[in-house]
Amino acid sequence: MQIPYTTTARPDTGVYNAKLGVWFFLASEVMLFGGLFSSYIFLRIGAPVWPGELGGEMYVRAHDILNVPLATLNTMVLIASSVTMVMSWASLMMKRFDRYRLYMGATVAFGFVFLIIKAFEYGSKFEHGLFPSESNFLAIYFTMTGLHALHVIGGIIVNAYFLGPGAKMWKTNPQQFTNRIEVAGLYWHFVDLVWIFLFPTIYLL
Amino acid sequence: MAHEASGTTHEVAHEVHDDHHEQSFWRKYVFSTDHKVIGIQYGLTSLAFLFFGFCLVMLMRWQLAYPGEPLPLIGQLFGDERMPGGTMLPEFYNQLGAMHGTIMVFLGIVPLAVGAFGNYVVPLQIGAPDMAFPKLNMASYWFFFLGGVVMLSSFFVPAGAAKAGWTSYPPLANIETMGQTIWLFGMVFLITSSLLGALNFLVTIIQLRADGLTFFRLPFFVWVQFVTALLLLLAFPPLEAAAVLQIMDRLADTSFFMPSGLVVSGEPLDIAGGGSPILWQHLFWFLAHPEVYVLILPAMGIVAEIIANNTRKPLWGYRLMVYSLLFLGFMSFIVWAHHMFITGMGTNLSAFFQVTTMIISIPSVIILSALFISLWGGSIRFTTPMLFALGFLPMFGIGGLTGLPLGLAPPDVHLHDTYYVIGHFHYVVAPGTILALFGGIYYWFPKMTGRMMNDMLGKIHFWGTLIFMNGIFFPMFIQGMAGVSRRLYDGGQIYEHAQGVLWLNEVMSISAWLLALAQIPFIINLLISLKKGKEAKDNAWDATTIEWAAAPSPPVGHGNFVTLPRVYRGPYEYSSPEAEDHDLPQHVPPKQLVAEGA
Repeated sequence: MQIPYTTTARPDTGVYNAKLGVWFFLASEVMLFGGLFSSYIFLRIGAPVWPGELGGEMYVRAHDILNVPLATLNTMVLIASSVTMVMSWASLMMKRFDRYRLYMGATVAFGFVFLIIKAFEYGSKFEHGLFPSESNFLAIYFTMTGLHALHVIGGIIVNAYFLGPGAKMWKTNPQQFTNRIEVAGLYWHFVDLVWIFLFPTIYLL
Repeated sequence: MAHEASGTTHEVAHEVHDDHHEQSFWRKYVFSTDHKVIGIQYGLTSLAFLFFGFCLVMLMRWQLAYPGEPLPLIGQLFGDERMPGGTMLPEFYNQLGAMHGTIMVFLGIVPLAVGAFGNYVVPLQIGAPDMAFPKLNMASYWFFFLGGVVMLSSFFVPAGAAKAGWTSYPPLANIETMGQTIWLFGMVFLITSSLLGALNFLVTIIQLRADGLTFFRLPFFVWVQFVTALLLLLAFPPLEAAAVLQIMDRLADTSFFMPSGLVVSGEPLDIAGGGSPILWQHLFWFLAHPEVYVLILPAMGIVAEIIANNTRKPLWGYRLMVYSLLFLGFMSFIVWAHHMFITGMGTNLSAFFQVTTMIISIPSVIILSALFISLWGGSIRFTTPMLFALGFLPMFGIGGLTGLPLGLAPPDVHLHDTYYVIGHFHYVVAPGTILALFGGIYYWFPKMTGRMMNDMLGKIHFWGTLIFMNGIFFPMFIQGMAGVSRRLYDGGQIYEHAQGVLWLNEVMSISAWLLALAQIPFIINLLISLKKGKEAKDNAWDATTIEWAAAPSPPVGHGNFVTLPRVYRGPYEYSSPEAEDHDLPQHVPPKQLVAEGA
C-alpha cells in the first residue's frame, strides 16, 4: 500500500501532503504563541507600571533590565540561519548535494550560536537574582523566550538529523528528501519569525 | 486524471505485494499504523475511560443522595485517606468531580467521536487507502494513551488527584496539591495527541479524496470531522499556553494568575503578585467553547449518516447544513466569554458575547431542523442505530434550547454555577452526543467486524439509556432554577432554599445506577456479537456512501479497498428518481447503471 501524494503534488490542491501538514502545524503554533502574546498584553495592560518594581527599584523601560545588544546580535544570527536554510534547499533543487551539506551545517551552527548567546543572557539574569518569580515582566520574558528556545532546539534536532543519518535519502529518493528540507525550512522560518515578533515586543516596547 | 488512474493501479499492485509480509502481533495490533486498527484502539480505550468516568460520578451520586452515610459493601475499599469507614471525605468528592469532567471530555467522548469514528470511517468514506500520515496517527494514539495513564496516576500521589474542577480555575488550582501539576502535564500530552490527530485529518480529507469526490460530494460526517479538526487544531494551543503558564506558576513560583495581596488560610502568600485569575478563564474558555462543538459536531455527523440511510432519501438541505457547519465553526471562536458574565468584565464585553452567542444558535438550529425535515416523507426503518439517532434529535434540542438563557447575561446571573448549567451541558453531551455515539457503534459495527449486533438487546439498551438519562438530568433543571449550586459536597443540605428540591437528589442517583444497569445489554451485545453475531453482508445497511458500497466488511487489511474507488455523485442518492427510485451508490459509474438496468 502506498499513500498518494507523499512526494508529488495533488493536481487540484497543488501541494504534497507534508507541505500542507506543516502549514496546518504552523497555524496551530501561531495560536500557541498568539495565546502567549495575548497573555503578555493582558498582563501589561493590567499592570500600573511596566516592567515595574524589581529588587526595590522601579523600572519603566524593558531595556533597562534586558540586554538589547545581545538580543540584536541574536536576531542577526537567526536571520542569517534562515538565509542558509533557504540556500540549502535551493542547493538540493540544483542537485548540488555538497553545497547542501555546507549550508545545512551553517544553519545548525547558527542555531547553536543563538542558544549559546541565549544561555549567557539567562545566566547573567540569574547571577543578578532576576528569576521568573521576581515579577510578571521577568516571568513572561522567561516563559516566552524559553518556549521559543525549545522550538529552536527542536529545529536543530530536525536539521541535524537531515544533515546526518537522514541525508541517506538523497541517494534513494531525492525528490522526497528535497521536500523534507522544504518542510523543515518552513518550520525554521516560523521559529525565526516568532523571534522577530518577540524581540521588539519584549525588549524594545 | 489519467495520471491518477495509472497511480491507482500501481498502488493496487503494491498492496497485493505487501500482503505477503506477515506482521508480528505487536506491529499488527499494538503499534499499528493502520487507521482501522488505530480507530478500534481509540474506541476500546475511550469506552473504558467513559465507563471509568461514569463510575466516578456514581460514587459522587451516593454522597449526594445520602450525604455522610457510609457507602455499603465497597465503601471500605477506598482507604482511610479517601473514604474513612466508607464515608466520603470532601477532598475525595472534589477529586471525583474534577476527574469525572476531565475524563469524560478529554479521554472519553472526544477520543471516541474523533479518534475512533473519525479514524475508522473518514478514510473509508473518502476512498483513501489510509490516513495521510500513518505514523503520526499511531503517535497520536499513544500520546492520548500516555495522557490517560498520567491522569489516572494522579489518583495515587499524595493528597490525590486534581480537585479544582475540570476548569482548573486559579488561584485555587495554583495552590492545589501535587495532583494538579500532574493534571497539567496530562493535558499537555492530550493536547499534543489532538494536534497530531487534527492536522492528520485535515490533510487526509483535503489530499486523499478519491477521484471525483469533490468537497460537495463528501458525506456530512466527513465535513463534520473536517470542521472538528480545524477547531481542535486552532483552539487547543491557547489552552496549552495556559497550561504552560499554570505550570510556571506552580513550579517556578511566577504570578501569571495570582493577584497581589492574596491571603490563603490567614497567611499572605509570598509571591510577586500582579497577575490575573481572569486571564486563565479567557485562555481556558477560548479552548473550551470550541471544545463544546468538538463534542457535539461528530454526533451530528453520525446522526446525519444514520438518518439518510434509514429514511432512504437524501438529507434535506445538505449544502445548507455544510454552510451552517462552517459558520458554526467560525463563530465558536468568538463566543467564549459567555462563560464569564459574572466575572465583572464589563457590560460592553458582555453585550458583544451575548450577541455572538445568540447568532451561533442559528446554524445549530438550522442543522437540527434540516435533520428533522429529512425525516419528512421517508419510509423510516426503525433499526437500532436509527432509534439512537432519533433519540438524539429531541435530546440535543433540549440541551441547546436550555442554553439560550445562559447565553443572555441577565438570566445567567441567576443561573450561573447552579445545577441548571450542569443539566444544560449534560443534555448536550450525554443524551445528545453519547446517544449518537452509541448509534454510531451499532451502525458501523458490521463494517468493523463483518457481523451484526443483536437488535433486541440494542433496543433494550436504547430505551433504558434514554429513560434513565432523562431521569438523571431533567431534575437538574428544577434544582438549578431553585438556586442549588453545583459542586456542593452535601448536595445542598445546608441551604434553606434548597430544601424543597433535595428529594430529587435520590431520584437522580437511582437513575444513574439504573443507567449503569442499562449498559449491561450493550456490553453483552458487543462481546457476543463479535464472535456469534449474525454475519453481515458487505453493505449491511444498503448505504450509498463508499465505506459501505465499495469496500468489503471488514475492509482489506492494507489499503481498505480492493481497487480504489472513483466517485460519480453526491453521498445520499437514495431512491433516486433518475434511476427509477433505485439507490445510486457514489462509486457506480452512470454507464454501469444503464447496463444493469437500474
